[in-house]
Amino acid sequence: MLAKLKNSLARTRQRLVHQLEEALSLHSRISPELYDELEEILITTDVGLETSGRVLEELKARVKESREERPEMVREFLKEILVDLLSLPVPPAIDRPPLAILVVGVNGVGKTTSIAKLAAYYKAKGCSCLLVAADTFRAAAGEQLAAWGERLGVEIVRSREGSDPGAVVFDGLAAANARRIDVVIIDTAGRLHTKANLMAELEKVYRVCTRNLGDRNLLTLLVLDAGTGQNGLNQARVFQETVGVDGIILAKLDGTARGGIVLAVADQLRLPVVWVGTGEQPDDLRLFDAREFVTALFDET
Amino acid sequence: MIFSNLAGRLQETLRKLRGKGKLTEIDVDEALREVKLALLEADVNFRVVRSFINRVRERAIGKEVTSSLTPGQMVVKIVHQELTALMGAKEEKIRVAPQPPTVVLLVGLQGSGKTTTTAKLGRYLKMQGRRPMLAAADIYRPAAVRQLQILGEKLELPVYFSEGKDPVAIAREAVAAVKKQNCDYLLVDTAGRLHVNEELMEELRAIKEAVRPEEILLVVDAMTGQDAVNVARSFHEKLALTGLVLTKLESDTRGGAALSIREVTGCPIKLVGTGEKLEDLEVFYPDRLASRILGMGDVLTLIEKAEAAVEKDQARDLFHKIQDDRLTLEDFLEQMRQLRKSGLLQQALSFLPGVNPKHLRGMQVSEEDFKHLEAIIQSMTPEERRNPSIINASRRKRIARGSGRSIQEVNRLLNQFEQSKKLMKQLARMGKGGFPMKFPFP
Repeated sequence: MLAKLKNSLARTRQRLVHQLEEALSLHSRISPELYDELEEILITTDVGLETSGRVLEELKARVKESREERPEMVREFLKEILVDLLSLPVPPAIDRPPLAILVVGVNGVGKTTSIAKLAAYYKAKGCSCLLVAADTFRAAAGEQLAAWGERLGVEIVRSREGSDPGAVVFDGLAAANARRIDVVIIDTAGRLHTKANLMAELEKVYRVCTRNLGDRNLLTLLVLDAGTGQNGLNQARVFQETVGVDGIILAKLDGTARGGIVLAVADQLRLPVVWVGTGEQPDDLRLFDAREFVTALFDET
Repeated sequence: MIFSNLAGRLQETLRKLRGKGKLTEIDVDEALREVKLALLEADVNFRVVRSFINRVRERAIGKEVTSSLTPGQMVVKIVHQELTALMGAKEEKIRVAPQPPTVVLLVGLQGSGKTTTTAKLGRYLKMQGRRPMLAAADIYRPAAVRQLQILGEKLELPVYFSEGKDPVAIAREAVAAVKKQNCDYLLVDTAGRLHVNEELMEELRAIKEAVRPEEILLVVDAMTGQDAVNVARSFHEKLALTGLVLTKLESDTRGGAALSIREVTGCPIKLVGTGEKLEDLEVFYPDRLASRILGMGDVLTLIEKAEAAVEKDQARDLFHKIQDDRLTLEDFLEQMRQLRKSGLLQQALSFLPGVNPKHLRGMQVSEEDFKHLEAIIQSMTPEERRNPSIINASRRKRIARGSGRSIQEVNRLLNQFEQSKKLMKQLARMGKGGFPMKFPFP
């Protein structure tokens, strides 16, 4: 698993490390230009100006405090800072089943695929799973989830296209109770956070969940595309306000995108990354580990 | 958020530079620093930003400042011109093959919106009197074929698919089928793929060989970040793209990725997706995106106003109306219409100087809200629009009936109008001595 993540981050790493090493090798001492180059590297990973600026300030402070003069030490400090930033408490495990996982996000980030992976994960752990197809908007979304259910041998509750997602979720939770299911995973329609009516619909789905389960048994996960730019911050903020997001699934980290937006999200919204998606196969999902993530980002092989 | 008010800060910089006759290097650099931050925050690629800023700098230094402009405004104007030029001077149409059928291949990463765009483009062409056929060549994503078939049914367009065949064969057979069905366009939906997946990229090349497309359109999520350049470069190298489609532009992204991709590939942006409905596909207008990327439609409007005397009078008129508390619901509707046309309604709200973006939450105006608002105002008599204070309970009832909205909605609108009048007045006082501004609806 670690190898897989490392592998998928290899491309990212190669270039980043290349840039970082180049920046470090060009400077015999720690200079303002070195900091400029570091900031540039951070920005090209989509960390954004605000968080990059803050990281840089912190870096300067630590360098000053340590009276360090070797540029190569800067990398270690930078890694430390980023790990600290990403080390947020993840939601605790629940006492008794069922656990409901509500998966939300904008269109095309990889919600359905991530759900399939989550189901595969819990199934492998010996939990009974149920998928709920609450994306009743997009053509064939239910069928896409059903195809996954069939492939994974996981049951699914769905309804007609265009039906009320709240009602599907209600049915799904009732079915989970009746069948003594351990983990219910709810697929919602992709919606842009700027669409007030769709966010209101999602809020209703969320209410159906909390009313039937209580707050503690519900985990709301927001899927972010690793390729997303600064808009990811707006997405996270609005979804957090609407449905109380507990954590992030960072999807599609197998391309050349770096997913640096999660650093901005961690910094500004205090939202932890819980899962990382690295491919299209059901087992291409792993629990997020801040040190591993940053190490894989910066370390040489 | 520190950077949520870049336009405001830019205005501040401009204000400081007021009253100079010529642009000095210091003037230019100071203004360009803000522009650079705006571009980066809009997700324009770092390298693209750097080369762009250098170009603008060269053009701007030493330039005479026309009497109506300040140095800072001149810089912004040059930036806007350069941005627009970079994104293509004018809108570009979908090409037509010399011999029908015209084959269009849609490619891109997973989740960029290829299937939806294929259907939207089908509808778009149909509305123009063409006879498009869709082909489902995404055999990998579960139910992707089904999705296109359902969309085709809705649009009453034929969808070609052949069970058990590989994508290259499906595309090839579709070309033959399109001729038989007397269609003139073939839109091929392909599977989403990573640009670093050699095998799947090779498959695209094989499809290209097989169907000889007139257009190869890269479908790009407008919310993409810095990686957009890598993606676009790979696709372009492998396939020689002919154009771009920018999707999900109805989000609040600034869409700077478009600029990066345009710079890397040189391909024009042909279409933009602006909603989930199948009619939400529009021709791309470069200048609108330029304003959006800079996040300063209002600043640019300001400059335009300074240049065009006629409009200036109009704007000044409005400005005085606001100051004297004579603003009517007619003016209000007109402002809303203009902002909506510029695609900057949401944007403009958050960039009003002195407006905390947090307070704007919950005040977001959707397309539908706008239509309701329009209906309500149009159900009023001219006198009511000019003097809303005369609208009593019985008038409210009539307006509600006339517009098909509830009385509560009519009340809300009237309240909002009063509130925004107050806000505008406040802003007008702040901007005293400056140029008349276009005041958006809060």
